[in-house]
Amino acid sequence: MGAIVEFLHSIPIDLLIIQTVNGIVTGMILALVASGLTLIFGIMDVVNFAHGELFMLGAYMGVIAFAVTGNFWLALVLAALIIGLFGAALQIVTLRPLIGRDPLNTILATFGVSLVLQNYALWQFGPVARKMSEPIGAEFTLFYLQYPWYRIVIAVLSGAIIGALWLFLKFSKFGVWIRATTQDRVMAQAMGIPVPLVYTGVFALGAAMAAASGVLFAPFGGVDSSMGLQWVLEAFIVVVVGGMGNLAGSIVAAIFISLLEAYAAVWLNPSQAVIVSFVVLILTLLFRPTGLFATPK
Amino acid sequence: MTTAPLDKAMPLGKVRLSHTATFWIVFGIVMAALIVAPLVLPPFWRGFLTEILIWGLLAMSSDLLIGYTGMVSFGHSAFFGLGMYGAAAALIVVSPPNLWLAVLFGLFGAAAAAAFVAYFSTRLRDIYFAITTLIFSQIFYVIIFTWTSVTGGENGLIFDQPHFTIPFLVNVPFNSTTMHWFVLAVVTASYLILRRITRSPFGMVLQSIRENEARTRAIGYPVERYKIVSVMLSGLFAGLAGVLYAVQKEFAAPDFVYFLTSGEAVIYNVMGGIGTLVGPIVGAGFFQLLRQLLSQWFGDQFPYLIPLGIIFVAIIIFLPQGLLGFARRWLNR
Amino acid sequence: MSTANGDAAAESATPLVRVDDVHTYYGKSHILHGVSLTVGRGEVVGLLGRNGVGKSTTLKTIMGLVQPSRGTVAFGGNAITGLPPHKLARMGIGYVPEDRRIFRLLTVMENLRTGLDRAGVGEDKRKALLDKVFAYFPVLAERRSQAGGTLSGGEQQMLAIARAMMLEPRIILLDEPTEGLMPRMVSQIGQIIEALHDEGIAILLVEQNVPLTLQASKRVYIMEKGLVRHHCAASEIDVNDAVIKQYLGV
Repeated sequence: MGAIVEFLHSIPIDLLIIQTVNGIVTGMILALVASGLTLIFGIMDVVNFAHGELFMLGAYMGVIAFAVTGNFWLALVLAALIIGLFGAALQIVTLRPLIGRDPLNTILATFGVSLVLQNYALWQFGPVARKMSEPIGAEFTLFYLQYPWYRIVIAVLSGAIIGALWLFLKFSKFGVWIRATTQDRVMAQAMGIPVPLVYTGVFALGAAMAAASGVLFAPFGGVDSSMGLQWVLEAFIVVVVGGMGNLAGSIVAAIFISLLEAYAAVWLNPSQAVIVSFVVLILTLLFRPTGLFATPK
Repeated sequence: MTTAPLDKAMPLGKVRLSHTATFWIVFGIVMAALIVAPLVLPPFWRGFLTEILIWGLLAMSSDLLIGYTGMVSFGHSAFFGLGMYGAAAALIVVSPPNLWLAVLFGLFGAAAAAAFVAYFSTRLRDIYFAITTLIFSQIFYVIIFTWTSVTGGENGLIFDQPHFTIPFLVNVPFNSTTMHWFVLAVVTASYLILRRITRSPFGMVLQSIRENEARTRAIGYPVERYKIVSVMLSGLFAGLAGVLYAVQKEFAAPDFVYFLTSGEAVIYNVMGGIGTLVGPIVGAGFFQLLRQLLSQWFGDQFPYLIPLGIIFVAIIIFLPQGLLGFARRWLNR
Repeated sequence: MSTANGDAAAESATPLVRVDDVHTYYGKSHILHGVSLTVGRGEVVGLLGRNGVGKSTTLKTIMGLVQPSRGTVAFGGNAITGLPPHKLARMGIGYVPEDRRIFRLLTVMENLRTGLDRAGVGEDKRKALLDKVFAYFPVLAERRSQAGGTLSGGEQQMLAIARAMMLEPRIILLDEPTEGLMPRMVSQIGQIIEALHDEGIAILLVEQNVPLTLQASKRVYIMEKGLVRHHCAASEIDVNDAVIKQYLGV
């Protein structure tokens, strides 16, 4: 009995609460990254290996735009726009020629693109991580920590962007086009919907979302050429656990996994905490391969 | 087909060789070149050529999965890495370091990883399988990277090169030339075995799975079993490549368990031509040669993966049969 | 465009759709062996034949959903072979496929919007088109917020036709509209075809239902094994004709 009480006392409740907040913040950014990935997969059947690199390049664009304009929010918008356009160009050059071919080819092509982009960033920006200062300096007291308000803002903003995406898909004209194309590409064309343009648009949208996540994350964690890789792996895990093509599922999965990792980080060191996501993936694949949070259709 | 009059000698150009004959002639020529090569090449290029063979073996093993069974896997770095570390374990733990023990340990390690991946391969298709294998590579990477006490962590393991031994008969240390011949022998044997396998009824079923899995299953083949065997074979040969690498280089490092190694295997495969077995070796050679040349012309820091990555993507789009396929079509004009 | 033209006028004017010696393959299967037909402006033309003779493939070739390996298709005098389907839809070709293929997860309204949401359709035109289609098919107005997949077979057929009408087409390619429908609905389809014809929309009607086709069409083509074998005015033959028995008989 006494041992149990002692164990309960030793659990650092305040640390856990702090980690809960951290977990939700990271989770929301991860959700934003994963949403772009699942959007592209759900609509175009393309596994975008280069998604992490778009995230990373978005962060770099943000740093540059911030240096030029001095305004964080402007930098956010600019980075998203630039990378969005870049994503469209990328899709037209490398993915459009592959439409109709074995899906194997798009996995390989996006993998190749990710290599090129990652090495380009390393070459262009060097191996030293860049820092970006937080746009909101104010902090509040959370237990014994001075917790930056900015992190709360990121979480809220990520949620807002995902919400905007959902509204866009549900109500706008392009949203109808996208959903029709996803359900029946052939009939969508027969109804006058320019499907090739829809695909390019969706990819651009996904890229812009990845870029935005990158900029939001930058003051939090710094910017370097390898950040894309870590995030894209986690994002893939989230997409599989949440159910491929399931937007709501990926959001829940993202927060779930981030929370677990945050808690694990209390006892393990960070590079090991990542194993948690792997474990969740394996369990999902073993017991619910269509996704832990997928709604049965 | 008109027959030439018997009193005239048939000029060599008109002789039409059978496919098999052509193959063995070309094979013989290439083998001869590879055997002679270390004798004429400077030491650096000797080792370079040996390395190409090893990467070629890794890419070949990947071809069995991608080209013949139709399963894209990024898990080969795990097989390769475990082959490498398994061999390292044997070479460190047992004294004096024994070559065959290293091979045994390495294959065993690779087989374990392959069994793990094989289990999941039967439950997942295509994209899910590809992503899962990638994540598995990373799992192994993290384990090896952080389990410093056993694996040496970031710094890897260094050990001595074993001698080439045949019990009671031979015990000689390797030099770069004999090492090359040893690797050549192993890789050639592997190639011939894989070739035999892919041309056998088993291989035909694999290809049928690649073409249309549902139909193959409907005909009555236990597709899952075939896939498991395919993954195991692929893993074993990849592990063998890892063993060879460890033996040649005398070190093992976690970098090779990073999924990028799988990625490179896939790149060699696609560049050379999937589904050809020889293609991957050609692809490995092409890639490494280009990389070497780029670093010689532009310096070590040159980001060779940028032009190589672009070439890779271009080959996917414009030359889906790879360089070998392109050469074949060009020769058949 | 007046719909009361005599045969002579319809034949001498440039046909709205002209299919010329079209050969189409599905992989290695040679489906169309040189199909030629025309549809005049505002004309209802029937395309009859047994299952598998290539009637649907002919429609799909016109719509650009499959590319012919030989031969040409012209619309309004302009060559359209090789153009992508979405351009053809915008040019005024409506397509109502076999098994309807409405967007099951979209609401009725959203289904209509796929054709309605395009450039050149202002608020007034939008309202007019919707009003017209809801007048034709009141049941669609009732179910406008329901998912397409929840509609009955007959309702889905109406939605498929209504959706095509949103494009303000000059011709509608109708593929077996009565398939799977109750006999009561078959006569409704006949009425719809007549109403569309009254609006000046041409129709190329692929059907297995001979009486309906003969009654609704001005001319009919009969296909067999990927070729047009017979062509005449609908008034010249009836259900019991030898020709019908030969190509469509059981």
